[in-house]
Amino acid sequence: MSSAKDERRPAGELEAGVLAALWAAGAPLTPGRVQAELDSGLARTTVTTILSRLHEKGIVGRERQGRGYAYFPVQDPHGLTARRMHTELDRDDDRGTALARFVAQLSPDDERLLRDLLESDGSPGTAEHGVTEPGGECLPETGGR
Amino acid sequence: MTALLFLPLLLPFALPPLARRCLDRLAPVTALWTLTCAVLVLAGASVAALGALVLNGLLEVPVLASLGELVHPLRTASDLVVLPAAAGATGVLTVGAWTLARSAGRQLRAFRVARTQADRRPAAGDLCVIDSPHPDAYALPGRPHRIVVTTAMLRSLAPGEREVLFAHERAHNNYGHHRFLLAAELAAHCHPGLRPVRAAVALAAERAADEAAAAVVGDRKLTARAIARAALATQAVRSDRPDFAPAVTAGPVPRRVAALLAAPRRRSRAASWLALLVIVCACVSAGASVAGVLAFHHQVEVAQGEAAR
Repeated sequence: MSSAKDERRPAGELEAGVLAALWAAGAPLTPGRVQAELDSGLARTTVTTILSRLHEKGIVGRERQGRGYAYFPVQDPHGLTARRMHTELDRDDDRGTALARFVAQLSPDDERLLRDLLESDGSPGTAEHGVTEPGGECLPETGGR
Repeated sequence: MTALLFLPLLLPFALPPLARRCLDRLAPVTALWTLTCAVLVLAGASVAALGALVLNGLLEVPVLASLGELVHPLRTASDLVVLPAAAGATGVLTVGAWTLARSAGRQLRAFRVARTQADRRPAAGDLCVIDSPHPDAYALPGRPHRIVVTTAMLRSLAPGEREVLFAHERAHNNYGHHRFLLAAELAAHCHPGLRPVRAAVALAAERAADEAAAAVVGDRKLTARAIARAALATQAVRSDRPDFAPAVTAGPVPRRVAALLAAPRRRSRAASWLALLVIVCACVSAGASVAGVLAFHHQVEVAQGEAAR
């Protein structure tokens, strides 16, 4: 992904990318760290602008760190949203065809097939991100809170 | 006439095997459009035919015939065919209407909850993040479009893979894929033979969004990896779910990943023939249904003494 391409993307998409990086990190990040996490060639000033815009909207909070700020996503009080959503959406067996989910459920055969496909693909990113770890554990390297 | 009305009831059973081949051979967007249009036409034709059969049966009952102002007996197939056909058609229509109402109620409720919760949260661009240990992500149609992603899903993906996820969900929203899914859902309740096609349409929509995402990030392998990792992460959490029936054939996710890892398909002549066959199937069904209903209407007019035999 070239930086020129990224700069041309709509502001909304950039905001989404930055917010996702903050949530994935699970710890306050400085604009420099966000830029590194995004790994997309965005200019640091752009990242800073996006972060302050998100802060104005109340989507992220910030704390002083050194001479600048570190940003963190604002938590939903008590995780209410998540609970309501999950109880409603998980109730049905044919869970809402109208909501196009990213991935469907896997059968045991599917799971084995997927791991085989990824292994035969042999891409370097696969192993380092833990998909092929045995026992179904899939912990991202950026995870942990 | 009655024979014409049975054709639209049989043809939907031919669509599921054709749909499977369409998924393998056609470009995802073409498959999505072809299958959705076909499924709607076949469903409409079958409902019209079922309706005509029910009416035909009802008009054989003397009381109802006099209410319908029939002065001559209705000259259709023998009662041995008409009455059981009418009873069967009534059953199919009733069950269809019942399951449709139930499914519509459920999905509307789920959709409304998802919408209210998403609207309540502040959104960054179109992204709505939900703090939850369950990896999940979906496109939420409506105004404005939203992508709803849980924190667990974000954390199980690498930065580039998150871009794939967003591009995939944006493709669903930008191309209005929920309309195709709703059409397939509606058709599935109209005729039992069309039920398996619902999954085919859903898979075609996912494949179309996958290809769109691969085009946006410019990397098919990365796209395949993002989907596989998201699916495996979901699986790790959900593995203790009891309501789970193992599938005999490969499920949708491995097929999507395999399709992305393979080289993009070139247009083949077989694919064009396949699409044509599906279209012909739909046209024949619609034609038979219209002809059958018109013929039945004419018979009723004859029986009412309004038209000459």
